[in-house]
Amino acid sequence: MTTVSPTLIQSFKANWRQNIIYIGFPVIFVLFALTLNEKGFLNPNNLLNIVRQTAMIAVMAIAMTFVLSAGEIDLSVGAVAGLATVTVAMTIAVAGPVAGVTAGILTGIAVGMFNGWLTTRIGIPSFLTTLAMMGIAKGVAMWISNTAAVPILSPGYSWLFGGGALAKIPVLLFWMVLFGAIGHMVLRRTGFGRRVLATGGGETAARYSGIDTKAIKFRVLVMSSTAAAFAGMLYAGRLQSGRFQLGEGDELSVIAAVVLGGTSLFGGRGTVVGSIIGALMIGVINNGLILMGLEYSQQLIARGGIIILAVALSQKRS
Amino acid sequence: MNEAADGKSSAAGQLLAVSMAGISKSFGGVRALDDVSLEIEQGEVHALLGGNGAGKSTILKVLNGIHKPDSGTITVAGRKLTAHTPEESRAAGIAMNFQEMSLIPTLTVAQNVFLTREAKAGMGLIDDRAAERKAAELFAILEVDVDPKAVVGDLGAGQKQLTEIVKAISQDAKVLVLDEPSTALAVSDVDRLFVFLRKLKARGVAIIYVSHRMDEIARIADRATIFRDGRHVITAPLSQLPIDTMIEYIVGKRSKGLSDVERGTAVKGEVLLELRGVSGKYKPENVKLAVHRGEVVGLAGLLGSGRSSLARVIAGIEPAVSGEILIKGKAVKIANPGDAIGAGVALVPEARATQGIIPAHSVASNMTLAVLDRVSMAGFVDPEKVRSVTDGMIKRLSVKTASRDHAVSTLSGGNQQKVVIGKWLATDPDILVLDEPTAGIDIGSKSEIIRLVRELAASGKAILFISSELSELLAACDRILVMSEGRMCADIPRELLDDVGIPEHDTAHRLQAAEQRLQIEIQEALKYGQEIGNDDGKSNAYPEL
Repeated sequence: MTTVSPTLIQSFKANWRQNIIYIGFPVIFVLFALTLNEKGFLNPNNLLNIVRQTAMIAVMAIAMTFVLSAGEIDLSVGAVAGLATVTVAMTIAVAGPVAGVTAGILTGIAVGMFNGWLTTRIGIPSFLTTLAMMGIAKGVAMWISNTAAVPILSPGYSWLFGGGALAKIPVLLFWMVLFGAIGHMVLRRTGFGRRVLATGGGETAARYSGIDTKAIKFRVLVMSSTAAAFAGMLYAGRLQSGRFQLGEGDELSVIAAVVLGGTSLFGGRGTVVGSIIGALMIGVINNGLILMGLEYSQQLIARGGIIILAVALSQKRS
Repeated sequence: MNEAADGKSSAAGQLLAVSMAGISKSFGGVRALDDVSLEIEQGEVHALLGGNGAGKSTILKVLNGIHKPDSGTITVAGRKLTAHTPEESRAAGIAMNFQEMSLIPTLTVAQNVFLTREAKAGMGLIDDRAAERKAAELFAILEVDVDPKAVVGDLGAGQKQLTEIVKAISQDAKVLVLDEPSTALAVSDVDRLFVFLRKLKARGVAIIYVSHRMDEIARIADRATIFRDGRHVITAPLSQLPIDTMIEYIVGKRSKGLSDVERGTAVKGEVLLELRGVSGKYKPENVKLAVHRGEVVGLAGLLGSGRSSLARVIAGIEPAVSGEILIKGKAVKIANPGDAIGAGVALVPEARATQGIIPAHSVASNMTLAVLDRVSMAGFVDPEKVRSVTDGMIKRLSVKTASRDHAVSTLSGGNQQKVVIGKWLATDPDILVLDEPTAGIDIGSKSEIIRLVRELAASGKAILFISSELSELLAACDRILVMSEGRMCADIPRELLDDVGIPEHDTAHRLQAAEQRLQIEIQEALKYGQEIGNDDGKSNAYPEL
């Protein structure tokens, strides 16, 4: 590793904006640790709580990294997560947890294929496709659940997808790490990952190089919706119920986490590890603002301001 | 003829590397290729020539599976292509560079070279280190200096082009297509590329070489095929195609190329543009020059010598950090493009597509973009004025466009360039700076543009003409300055080039001799780098010499 570190330092200096998360996260963390220590910020339970709250955002952010890297965007993730909580809960009630999990995943795949089809075959920009899908998914969730919460009475499901813990470590952390490791390897070290980056970095050039860019875009949109549905399953497991409001507004947190992490909004550059740390940073900020005793309205304003500041710093200027 | 599935053979009985027969292709009613054929033998360098819109790019894209032909057959080494996809063409052994179009700016050089053919380390995982090593080996064979770890977006034009070429040759292709591979390369890089191409040729690789540069074709090609207006004109060995004949086939009967441009004698008036010790942020450095009314001053030099930077300084895009700019004898401050336009300076920039035009907008809106204030009343654009300005320019420059309302992107390269020139002429400048105005333009349009430059000078403008092509500088300029590393290093008067001891009437040979003379003068200047225009007369252009 001795030969690697000098080049690491060099590349860090050259690309500090892309790597701002690795400065920003420790700075915010230390700042909160110093100022909010008495309110229990460093308490292990509080820290584990941050992880629990962050896991869903992180899972969605990992897939969103692929979407942004391919030069597309998915605004429907929050609503799709909400829809999945409802389909999972309703299916568990009639057919048990295995069917419930299947229904959740299928919800994600179906929405993703629809998004992908509209974007790559009909040619509607993913920005609009997924913006419309956000409303459709939410509407469907409200409609099939009659806007009511659907309880989940399967302890096994709730343990595996939400409240469970192994040696005090929440299962949600395992899910986050598992998805993170797979996502990182796929983006960095597989032909698919390289094709995603190439598609976002220069679509014409990618096509001329023999890459089926439409198929790549289709696949990342399916990945994103499926990950969103999985995040919904985690929400459902944690809260032991399905509700259309779960995941509402998560798209902002997810996209902010990814961009903060160093992925380009314009495609071609992406980092899964950065996205996970970005998600953790947003979780820490949310937690800190609550511990400070801010009202919800103030939290929204402070969080928006911090995200804008951080994303502005992370943008590459030419 | 043997039309069976095993394909055609050449006269020598050898299997043809590529045989394209009866290919037609239309785009929205416009016939880009009309029943053309192209046959390439193994182990030959085959030049593909034609003006803009002749169909060269289209047939290459058909061969590469980017476009599907409407009709016709393609046979590669005896195997007929059926799917017409990039994957199929690649599998058949065809590799091509795409004039910077096939590089992903956000990936590294090595990642680009081996895109979709990544080295694997096991378990299907990509091994970038191995790719970097392999790329470094390829660059070493070509003896060029490109860092495989560098991100492509950070590279200069020449290095991008080399990356593109290495990407094409790394595919171990049976047929290598090089589309304008040398536009951004230094002369020495072109020489090394040719050495390498000859090695590939000896191994039986067929090479299709597309270039606007006739001298390159003459050096490297064995045979040539010429297209015009989407039709096949001729295929013949190069020995039967002298340059004049080739040009005639390329442009038809309308022009004989650069040699017939009337240069006339410059009517030198007062000094319109003068620079005194002007330096930019990086380049240029301490430049002194003067351009007179009615004069075309050429600016020669290698890529990166600071010619374009000097143009941007004069046009206020990258304002000077020191020195004095005088226009009509008065010192002016040029801090932004608005100041320059106000002072009567116009720049026709080098990158036509990004800096010169807005491709999707109409001819009219492009031509009036720099004079919006003049065609507006109380902030509202007056369509009548737009029409009269545009129609006037279209006529004056004989721009070939279906109408003033057609998008500029529908025009040929030469006519797009005329739109850019027209846009700046509309500002009624005294001083016109042209940066590589004929890059990527066919020889017919080239001579039209050079003729236009001469006419503008004759009408009393001062013109600074940047070009990398000596024949063009010779055809257009009254005086040629040479730049190197941001400094002026030679001022070559016209008389020196005309005094070549060949009688007046033998124009072709005179020009040839003059071009050789100019080449020698420029090389001398670059070698010894005596800086000119320095008041103290001391040279510091090449302190290491």
